[in-house]
Amino acid sequence: MADVKIGAYICKGCGIGDRLDTKQLAQVATRDAKAHVVREHDFLCNADGVKMIQNDIDSEGVNRVAICACSRRAKTEAFRFEGVAMTRANLREGVIWVRPATDEAQETTQEMADDYIRMAVTETKFMTLPQGSEKATYNRHILVVGGGISGMTAAVEAAKTGYPVILIEKTGTLGGSAGKAWRRIPQKAPYANPEDTGVAALIKAIEGNSQIKVHLNSTLTKTSGAPGRFAVDITTESGSTTTENVGAIIQASGYTEYDASKLTEFSYGKAKNVVTQAELDAMAKAANGAPLKNKDGKEIKSVAFVQCAGQRSTKEGHLNYCSGHCCLDSVKQAMYFKDANPAIDTNIIYTDLRTPGAGGEDFYRSGQNKGVTFTKGQVNEVTTDGTVKFKDLILNEDTEEKADLVVLATGMVPNSGVDIEVVKQDEPGQWKSNNESVLNLDYRQGKDIPLLKQGFNDSHFICFPYETRRTGIYTCGPVRRPMDMEQAMEDATGAALKAIQAVENAGQGRAAHPRSGDLSFPSFRREGCTQCKRCTVECPFGAIDEDEQRFPVFNEARCRRCGTCMGACPVRVISFENYSVDTVGQQLKNIDIPDEFSEKPRILVLACENDAYPALDMAAMRKIEYSAFARVIPVRCLGSVNTIWLTDALNSGYDGVVLMGCQKGDNYQCHFVKGSEMAHYRMSKVNDTLTTLNLETERVATYEVAITDIERAPQLINDMAATVEKVGMSPFKF
Amino acid sequence: MSANTAVVERYRNSFLKEVEANVEEGQWVKMCMQCGVCSGSCPLGPAWDHPPQEIFMMIRAGKRDEVLTSSSMWMCTSCYNCIVRCPRELPITHIMHGLANYAHRLGIAPKNQPTRKFAKLFWDNLSKKGRVNELKLGIALYFMNGLVSGIKTALKMAPLGINMVKTKRMSPMEYFGGHGIKDTKGLHAILKKAREIEAAKMQKF
Repeated sequence: MADVKIGAYICKGCGIGDRLDTKQLAQVATRDAKAHVVREHDFLCNADGVKMIQNDIDSEGVNRVAICACSRRAKTEAFRFEGVAMTRANLREGVIWVRPATDEAQETTQEMADDYIRMAVTETKFMTLPQGSEKATYNRHILVVGGGISGMTAAVEAAKTGYPVILIEKTGTLGGSAGKAWRRIPQKAPYANPEDTGVAALIKAIEGNSQIKVHLNSTLTKTSGAPGRFAVDITTESGSTTTENVGAIIQASGYTEYDASKLTEFSYGKAKNVVTQAELDAMAKAANGAPLKNKDGKEIKSVAFVQCAGQRSTKEGHLNYCSGHCCLDSVKQAMYFKDANPAIDTNIIYTDLRTPGAGGEDFYRSGQNKGVTFTKGQVNEVTTDGTVKFKDLILNEDTEEKADLVVLATGMVPNSGVDIEVVKQDEPGQWKSNNESVLNLDYRQGKDIPLLKQGFNDSHFICFPYETRRTGIYTCGPVRRPMDMEQAMEDATGAALKAIQAVENAGQGRAAHPRSGDLSFPSFRREGCTQCKRCTVECPFGAIDEDEQRFPVFNEARCRRCGTCMGACPVRVISFENYSVDTVGQQLKNIDIPDEFSEKPRILVLACENDAYPALDMAAMRKIEYSAFARVIPVRCLGSVNTIWLTDALNSGYDGVVLMGCQKGDNYQCHFVKGSEMAHYRMSKVNDTLTTLNLETERVATYEVAITDIERAPQLINDMAATVEKVGMSPFKF
Repeated sequence: MSANTAVVERYRNSFLKEVEANVEEGQWVKMCMQCGVCSGSCPLGPAWDHPPQEIFMMIRAGKRDEVLTSSSMWMCTSCYNCIVRCPRELPITHIMHGLANYAHRLGIAPKNQPTRKFAKLFWDNLSKKGRVNELKLGIALYFMNGLVSGIKTALKMAPLGINMVKTKRMSPMEYFGGHGIKDTKGLHAILKKAREIEAAKMQKF
């Protein structure tokens, strides 16, 4: 490795020069932190300032750069230097904007800035420039699992963009659930009539596209590798297996209709004229436009639609969610009858009519216009002769209606494979494929994608909908959440784009969302590893496998660079080139800790760089003040916080530690899904450490902070300052 | 067969279709989405047996007698709050009047409903000469609830009437004949034709 040559650059712009003694800062950088080159500049982010830094890199051999100016979230375009490891000292948002410009505050404010200079320069000492993975592989092929409307759309969209697609379908025909339907909910204005499903056109588009290779009657019997170099075994019904290499995977395994035979109160299975929505659509498709007849051949003169059959219900065995498509699908199906013969009575019995999508309400109105009636009621029973007994919720009375055909709107059950929480992965060396599994991953953590709620695959509904906890594998369609065909098609398009991103990132050894473009990846010191397996278990993305000796095997292309493994490692052998136990640990050890009697406590704040740190930055923009005794260090994810940092901090005399991560749990906001949860779990055990050190447990506080907590985040720091005042200074000051 | 039983026969179970065919603006009933804004907006809502939302639901549920014999639609004061607020833009006020009128035509509207009585007096008064004879209408209203209460009210109002005559605000001679429009015969012909059209429309459905 080349010699370390650190350049520290202190900006005097944005009021930093007025509020702080920058000469002293420069001295701190030179004398205390031992930076090799230290320069002040009036306006560091302008062309001249940037040129000055670049010049030092080019001619002075500076290879570590500490920019002592604004927050690392500001001016990222200006401060971009190739070939050097870089960090930032946050003097603007972190110091002058959160402190009052008064004479009394001056001393502590200056100390705050001095410490941030020490921290930044120290951090660069322990950083190296990420070199990228040598294993990066570029494979443009995209595998789509499932030949329904979602899968086919994803395949067509990816192929249109020029990426070759391999599409596998379990059954003998493309089309999936959508292919069994007669018509679909309209997707175009005026949203008045059922439309052709578009499935035939999609099949034609696939068959005519040389970029798309289709495997029918096939399933995945093994998926191994990582983004850019997945190897998948595609096995046909007859047992022959072909292995393909792909760059990314889209899982569009769809849904199965809820088993209506569980709904004995609705006489399903006992009465001939009680069918599910899917069955009615199949009947309509078979009739191909001819009048629909009952199974006994009789003409249908009246139809009752029972909405929310076995769903949106807390009863045992029922689905307690809304499947989202059924209300409009019932309107569509009622139109099958009304359009053929307006004299047929069609009544939709609903508790809450939900009409998602741009045209949903128009379609509902169109149904009303055509004479479909809507009754707000709760159906309690359907007798075998087709009498629907329900409670009218407007008139508040029990009533009934006899219909020639009763249609049950049963819900969607996702085809998400095996639940890896329940079905444990086979031991290394004894891996076998599982027929229930969709992907048959050979990952340490299990064969399928983890589930979040109700058996649906994990995804953050708002912030990053297509992401799963398996990098390079994206889900779309009803396997992700219940949806109708239009939403599934939109979803598939999104997933196709995510898969393309994954392919391109993997090809360059870059991280995927949310640290998109990051070239660093974790490595471990094998000699130090105790094979405790904690990293392989806690990695939220299943990136780490185990070899036969139970040593971890990192798959960098699967890694999202959150550092949860680093936080988990009890022997601290895991590190990134530019983020390690040392880059943070040495920062917190290298600040100035005044003695016990100075009345200047020190509070360490480890703030998640995704939400908590921006919240603090925004608080600074609004000039919300917080304690001058706080020293904030951004972390990639709270999950990367190794408890050694806490022990070190407390041992070296910090009086309090505040940890800020994102919301955890089912409604998580954690960008790494499980990182914050892991951190909270680990911190729940930190009391032992505190007790051993004879310290009060209040000195460490862990919080869930959202990006919108602009007032709360500084308040939490001030709360800790108040706590320290209450419990007194730490006795560990030297 | 009465007018009522005739339509019952014709529509059998579907009261909604009957309303659509025969009630003014009745084709809008099916568009109600049961949000209840009309019922919540009606200033007289608490006085109604069935607020508009319920009336619409009852029509769909085929509760023909309950709806047509109800006094609810007669309670509407035409404030138009419901029309203004209905998210589906149903002309609710008009539908209420339409329903009331339809029940009246079938002869099953509540007999002693005061609004209905007043409406009938007003119409009979107006249609005779094409102008409202205020004196006759006023006196008719005094006697709307029987002879005794009529005499009582008349005596109570007598001083006012005498003063009005004195100041030439009212002519007692109006009670005997009174003045009308120029072409009364023409008006009667128009009304007759309108009734024929209405009847034909009802027949058609």
